[in-house]
Amino acid sequence: MQKNMKTIISKKVDDMQPSGIRAFFDLVLGMKEVISLGVGEPDFVTPWQIREAGIYSLEQGFTSYTSNKGLYKLRLGLSRYLSGKCGVEYCPDEEILITVGVSEAFDLALRAMLNPLDEVLIPVPCYVSYGPLVELAGGVPVYIDTCGSNFKLTPAAIKKAINKKTKALVLNYPCNPTGVSYTKSELEEFKKIILANNLICIADEVYDELTYDFTHTPFVSLSGAKKNTLYLNGFSKSFAMTGWRVGFACGPKEIIAAMTKVHQYTIMCVSITSQMAACEALASGRKAIEEMKREYKRRREFVIDRLNGLGLSCAMPQGAFYAFPSIKSSGLTSIEFAQKLLKVQKVAVVPGTAFGSCAEGFLRISYASSMDNLKEALNRMEIFLKNQRKCTASYSRKNSLR
Amino acid sequence: MDEILEILENDARALPEEIAKMLKKKPQAIKEAIKKFEKEGIILKYKAVINKGLIKDVDSSVRALIEVNIIPQKDLGFDKIAERIYSFPEVSSCYLISGSYDLLLVVEGKDLQSVARFVAEKLAPLENIRGTTTHFLLKKYKEDGVILKHREENKRIAISY
Repeated sequence: MQKNMKTIISKKVDDMQPSGIRAFFDLVLGMKEVISLGVGEPDFVTPWQIREAGIYSLEQGFTSYTSNKGLYKLRLGLSRYLSGKCGVEYCPDEEILITVGVSEAFDLALRAMLNPLDEVLIPVPCYVSYGPLVELAGGVPVYIDTCGSNFKLTPAAIKKAINKKTKALVLNYPCNPTGVSYTKSELEEFKKIILANNLICIADEVYDELTYDFTHTPFVSLSGAKKNTLYLNGFSKSFAMTGWRVGFACGPKEIIAAMTKVHQYTIMCVSITSQMAACEALASGRKAIEEMKREYKRRREFVIDRLNGLGLSCAMPQGAFYAFPSIKSSGLTSIEFAQKLLKVQKVAVVPGTAFGSCAEGFLRISYASSMDNLKEALNRMEIFLKNQRKCTASYSRKNSLR
Repeated sequence: MDEILEILENDARALPEEIAKMLKKKPQAIKEAIKKFEKEGIILKYKAVINKGLIKDVDSSVRALIEVNIIPQKDLGFDKIAERIYSFPEVSSCYLISGSYDLLLVVEGKDLQSVARFVAEKLAPLENIRGTTTHFLLKKYKEDGVILKHREENKRIAISY
């Protein structure tokens, strides 16, 4: 029976590597009273006026399909919003597609652009879905290890990875899981390479509003970059709307048309309630963004200072809501550290290796959690590390006596 | 508003050392800033927000909003009479408002009768008071930005990418 079932599953899907830390996730989900710093979404509830707009649309009876591309009102609103934010004009009719979060937009982009064995450059550590989705679309993910350069992609590393089959570069900044972002001049260097090799930059900028030390530069805002940029963004992180599932893709009309083809057969359209709420977010959500951003920034300063104080060296993340400290001083692997910390102190974090094997020795700590939780979790980590170091010390003493 | 005030308004227990970390400043600088706020009367006191509805053995109390119509005094306007009124310990808040009434009071008493007695015996007979309207509060839903409900459990899943 089992053998038969196995033959039913497509080879491609069967070959996909299940995430190595699935078992760890299950362990976390099965435990009670855990303080979790392992959550990849805001701890704020969607601002009330946005929720209210969703409720109101239901009261008004907006329960139908929308145009495949998404409500015109939302695309128009986005076009204006992006014109202000990026200084780039996207035509709401041909260059904008509303998707089920950035995840769908990313999948569509690959399916619309890749021919078998086309290569896509992906800096690692990175968000978990990039590689598997490239493979599903028939392409080949080419990982660029950034661990040797403080998790920053460098022009030299991109150049080294490019060959004739290279079609696109995925640039996620601020980055989940590292919080790394790039300044305008750094992006200009990437742009030169993209244009010289006629690649598409798939810019996943979903954390753009959460940039703390400098103004976020949208890739598409660089002069001459528009025709080589597929700009992906969404409402999840900036407006605390993860569960509504609204994202969007903006790019050259040929790519958007191809993506829309796939989208209309698989998704048809994004839920109208969510789209109506997203319209309200564009209209009135600005204030809420600013408040959340200030709060995240304060937590960031607090968390990074504490982590470094605990001997877990951690660079200052420039954006998103993640810290990515090294735990090499503990003598444990990422997964060992996370499992022990969970069992002994009931604090959940995500092992760095979830985001690429090169991130061994690192953890992703989400500070999208209340200040009280962060304080308590870091106190528990302090106790954990003290005990851990005692263990290691007595172990090495014993060993040296032998 | 100053970020220190924003933090303290939300959590009066935040320590200067913690605030210093959050704002990347020296603890001493935070302590001094807080002292200054206290001295200038910007920070008046630190208190806990208590949901009295959940305390079982507390002496029950009632609250009323009272609109007061006043004849302003020459040269003194509303301030003198307002002072006379807000000095009563029964008055927990007192505002000068625009509209058809002048003062809005929040008055607390141990029962309906005691509030009624306060209005009839202390407030209404005052010189310069033209009239009062009393509204007893029936249920508190939200106060000073805090929704008075049990802390809700976390709705997010405990771990995600």
